[in-house]
Amino acid sequence: MSQVLAPILPVLAAIGLMLANGVVLIYMLRKVLGHLHLRLGPVHVGPKGVVQTTADVLKLLSKEDVKPNGVDRWMYVLAPVIVFVPSLMAYAALPFSETLRITRLDTGLLYTFAVLSVVPLGVIMAGWSSANKYALIGALRAAAQQVAYEVPLLLSVLPVVMIVGSMDLAEIVAFQTGVWLGVVPRWFVVLLIPSFVIFMIAALCELNQTPFDMSEAESELVSGFATEYSSMKFGLIFLSEFSNSFVISALAVTLFFGGWTLPFVPDSVLAPIAPVVFVLKTYIGIFVFMWIRGTLPRVRIDHLMNLGWKWLIPISLAWLMLVGVVVKLVAPGGVA
Amino acid sequence: MSESVNGVAFVILAFASIGGAVGMLTTRNIIHAAFWLLEVMVAVGGLYLLLSAEFLAVVQILIYAGAVSVLMLFVIMLTLRRREDSVRPVEVSIGGGILVAVFGTVMYVAIARYGDRVGEMPIVVPDTAALGELLFTQWALPFEVASLVLLVALVGAVWWSREGDDR
Repeated sequence: MSQVLAPILPVLAAIGLMLANGVVLIYMLRKVLGHLHLRLGPVHVGPKGVVQTTADVLKLLSKEDVKPNGVDRWMYVLAPVIVFVPSLMAYAALPFSETLRITRLDTGLLYTFAVLSVVPLGVIMAGWSSANKYALIGALRAAAQQVAYEVPLLLSVLPVVMIVGSMDLAEIVAFQTGVWLGVVPRWFVVLLIPSFVIFMIAALCELNQTPFDMSEAESELVSGFATEYSSMKFGLIFLSEFSNSFVISALAVTLFFGGWTLPFVPDSVLAPIAPVVFVLKTYIGIFVFMWIRGTLPRVRIDHLMNLGWKWLIPISLAWLMLVGVVVKLVAPGGVA
Repeated sequence: MSESVNGVAFVILAFASIGGAVGMLTTRNIIHAAFWLLEVMVAVGGLYLLLSAEFLAVVQILIYAGAVSVLMLFVIMLTLRRREDSVRPVEVSIGGGILVAVFGTVMYVAIARYGDRVGEMPIVVPDTAALGELLFTQWALPFEVASLVLLVALVGAVWWSREGDDR
């Protein structure tokens, strides 16, 4: 393979995965939410409505690109890009198997959070440049909650880093292979349940998902920061949202559920199906997100801020200290 | 990575960071200025990456691009009473001019005199764990002082914002 092509292929693969993931997730969301609400979801286009999303994507692509009067032109055009690019970059460090990944990063975990932290800026940009009060309120809410919940999200994964002694996602997975006492898988979800709970709450908030979807609360804010966007600009914002679901769920799988590994399955059997295992686990995680989304009502914005700043951050700090002391007592020279 | 690729990346990033700074200073719209500043921060993160300072680059993006910029945009948007207020005429003042002249002279003299004293790059890039160890042993005191300064700022901000409630 030529020297130029080799580094470009993984990026193209990531774009492909992102697009496919978007199409799958839209269908999955409609079906899962439909059945949770005792409805059927899409049924007409194709068998059980599977081609519905494809039709919708075609519609989105062929729609007129409406640009309202009074928008801040450059920022209005740039905002979907700034939302989309970090979402794409977040795939770079995810380990799909021992060998299948775009790049191996020493700071993989931190890198993924860092690029995802740029998304709120695109959201603010979209909301402000739209010159629409609903869009602006939605954008400010989204940014406020994402900044607030980034702190507990980062704090919740620190115990994992402390125990493994590395931020490399592959090493975190390698640490979780095998079983304890012959039955319990060595997954961090067993060892660090409080971390996992905090991670889940903060992740839901980071993803702007119900019960924390104040930023695009349809009943109050039309469609939040995306109100003034149409056709494929809207498509990009939506795609990035679904892609973030995938990335966060993949991170949860990597950090707490042993990534591409399975307990009791020998390496020789696992090696060829590892990426499939990883993606399946990730989609189970996304299903849980959707389950929560279909079950719980939306909380109020002030409750959300209180929960984040006054509860999650102190609890995760206390838990972090406790884990630190225990790690020091159990293995004074470091675990790894 | 080969030398030429590094060179091209450096030129792009250098122009992006300086151009962004110029854009920030010349724009009349304060929101645009904030986004220009964000661009500068991201470009500087890219420069760190070119120097193989992976951890520093990631932290630069996480803290400056991801948190500080959002905070600044928040403050700007909350203090603007109308959307039109974000555009201001360029104000020329003598004090500002003097400040620019003094700063420019100092920077010019510093670069002209000490510009060639560039530290030698290590052959092996130290990993993040080594950086952490150095930070918490050799540089523990400056690290703690820096965190203390941030804590004082935090307490000060809380005190400042509470003052209004009593009245």
